[in-house]
Amino acid sequence: MTEKELNQPGYEIPPELRNQVAVTTIDRIYNWSRRSSIWPMMFGLACCAIEMICTAASRFDLARFGMEVMRPSPRQADLLIVSGTVTKKMVPQIVRLYNQMPEPKYVIAMGACASGGGPFKEGYNVVSGIDNYIPVDVYIPGCPPTPQALLHGLITLQKKIDSQTLREARWYKKEVSEVIPVPVLGPDIMDPREYELIRQYSKQKSAAGATASAGADSNPTSTE
Amino acid sequence: MSEQMILTQTDLAERFPGKVRRDERKGYEGYIVEADALLQVAQTLRDEMGYDYLSSITGVDYLPDGYMESVYHFYRTTGGPALVLKVQTPRDHAVVPSLVSLYPGAEFQEREAWDLLGIRYEGHPDLRRILMWEGFAGHPLRKDWREPYYEEDAKPFKSRWPDGHVYRIEDKNPFHKNVDYPPDFDPDQWVADNDAALYASLAKIQSTLDSSLKTDTVIVNMGPQHPSTHGVFRMVVLLEGETVRALKPVMGYLHRNHEKIGERNTYIMNMPFTDRLDYLSSMSNNFGYALAVEKLMGIKPPERAEYLRVIMAEFTRISNHLFAIGSLLNDLGAYFTPMLYAIEERELILDIFEAVAGSRMMCNYFRFGGVARDLPEGVYEKMRDLAFERLPRRIDELDLYLTNNEIIRARCEGVGVLTPEQAIAFSASGPLLRASGVPYDIRRADPYSIYDRFEFDVAVRYHGDVYDRYLVRLDEIRQSIRILQQALRDLPQGPILAGKPQYQVRVPPGEAYGRVEAPKGELGFYVVSNGKPNPWRYHVRAPSFVNITALETMAKGNKVADVVAILGSIDIVLGELDR
Ligand code: SF4
Repeated sequence: MTEKELNQPGYEIPPELRNQVAVTTIDRIYNWSRRSSIWPMMFGLACCAIEMICTAASRFDLARFGMEVMRPSPRQADLLIVSGTVTKKMVPQIVRLYNQMPEPKYVIAMGACASGGGPFKEGYNVVSGIDNYIPVDVYIPGCPPTPQALLHGLITLQKKIDSQTLREARWYKKEVSEVIPVPVLGPDIMDPREYELIRQYSKQKSAAGATASAGADSNPTSTE
Repeated sequence: MSEQMILTQTDLAERFPGKVRRDERKGYEGYIVEADALLQVAQTLRDEMGYDYLSSITGVDYLPDGYMESVYHFYRTTGGPALVLKVQTPRDHAVVPSLVSLYPGAEFQEREAWDLLGIRYEGHPDLRRILMWEGFAGHPLRKDWREPYYEEDAKPFKSRWPDGHVYRIEDKNPFHKNVDYPPDFDPDQWVADNDAALYASLAKIQSTLDSSLKTDTVIVNMGPQHPSTHGVFRMVVLLEGETVRALKPVMGYLHRNHEKIGERNTYIMNMPFTDRLDYLSSMSNNFGYALAVEKLMGIKPPERAEYLRVIMAEFTRISNHLFAIGSLLNDLGAYFTPMLYAIEERELILDIFEAVAGSRMMCNYFRFGGVARDLPEGVYEKMRDLAFERLPRRIDELDLYLTNNEIIRARCEGVGVLTPEQAIAFSASGPLLRASGVPYDIRRADPYSIYDRFEFDVAVRYHGDVYDRYLVRLDEIRQSIRILQQALRDLPQGPILAGKPQYQVRVPPGEAYGRVEAPKGELGFYVVSNGKPNPWRYHVRAPSFVNITALETMAKGNKVADVVAILGSIDIVLGELDR
């Protein structure tokens, strides 16, 4: 059934009920209510968070989109706005927060840092984009994105929500949704899914480094 | 104190023959002290010569010469220039005595130098890593330590310039991300106990607590995701009932490797990076860095540029303090209403920044020897309107509604007290220091730029509690408005940059420490040049970072709910705290 057919049930609405009753689909009304009351998590990482606060304040006013209810607890939030530089030291916490959010949940990568590392990408403690660890729905460019850009990103997210349908919603599927393993802070950050790879790499490196190992003490992680 | 000060700087080398000598390297200043005499010299400085304020500690890795240097900048709180001490120590066994026993404010700075440079401070009470996590491999600021995305020692990278090609650095890494592991490493054997040392040091305090009542203590983690820690800051508090017995700040969740990146960048490339230090007051950060490099280069900006700089820096101070007051009120529970009023005014200031610099927050406006752009049309009138009409009115309004509010007074008065002696000992700066009754403002004590031309009062209050810190900020906004009015009145016409705009500046070898009174306190840049296009050492003495050293002292004995207010009254920003 196409959307048009869905919205035209094929019978006459009595005149006294016109403008009182709206006939629509479950999908539509479900998405409409969800997209008009997104609760973002109150979660700021860096400079971009300041622009997020400004967006929530009176000049730009997130309340126009039903998003002014910022919740500090992930259990009550629908949307994680990753607003700033993601560092290795912080990633375990972000993944944990994401896992704690109930479905349906969305992630916005706000700014250059969250999208791909940004100006600090080359830093040893910086993650090149949060999408290395958790799935992202909308990316917002800018350093920092202006409040207008953030609003545009949020509207884009609303469009995405509009296009979803109950039939395919992963949060109503039988199988439980997968929990993302929390990274571990070792000599460098370690994704538990990559342990085998790390072991191989490290072995290779010690084989290669057996011949050339200079200044190893202060500098065990240098690469060639 | 004046009699004590008869001992002048020149005496130092004679006073400790064989232990202290002048630093004779070209472009350097101060004294080189033998490690075993450091404590004695520092004691003399503090007790006899009046250098009671240890502003900055950092290290420099002189790789080609094979030694590390620990660098100290001392000041007198009565004003005047710095006295610089240096201790040299071999790279492979870098040990320097700790100054924490004399200057408690050294605690976190020494931990930072240990973490990033691997200088071990003997006698430090709690020498743990501070920005990176316990277990991280290596000391990243050492010159031979390379990050996973290492390309070359210095920019511009040959692969991109003059006509190279750009590739994604991820593609060169076997994991396709920013990681690297030491040889012979087995992740399954790894025991993740990054916080073990932290909890151990708390347990030590726990065991010393004795109370007549039998109570259990609990350890509570606040942050890094907490609505009132102003970002990704974490506090581990040891509570007895609701009373704080110990507090350990944990930071580094926003450590963006500012200094390592800064040492690969060319001088001018660092300017936009300084914006992102204290992202609420980017103009002040620009100011400090520009001063440090100009000191090295020996140039001065033209008159109009000096005025523009002061105007921008003072607008920044106002917008920063507005934000600080707003978020302090947030922390006190006046959720978002005062904040909205504060942000409203801040937006107007941001409009000016956007007009002159092109960006609301990341202004990147200063250049070595001037500023980047002149005022566009209409901006001068806007600034006048703000400084003469709107802001004074709005500040009075804030004052009227907040200052005598009963709840604010009840929550803030007498909470988180820092005595003047403590404030100086902890190297506190900015409003935190001045609210404790120490009238120390770098704009007065060691004037830079053209601040000696303006009439303003150093805001000072005497109780050292949260309430006085709030009042000092309010006073400072008023003083800034005064400076703005004078600067706007006198703003001359003329060029805005000394010489031609350059992409690469020539910086003669040497060292320089440029410091400004940033809204949050003393912001210092320690830059060492070896004549190449990139700084050899680039260190930021961040006010938030040093001010946080006093947090435990202020919080101890207070209720846990007050810790939030105390933290809010310090006014930290994580970009600068963690760098
Ligand atoms: S994208 Fe830019 S403004 Fe945003 S967090 Fe990164 S550096 Fe800061």
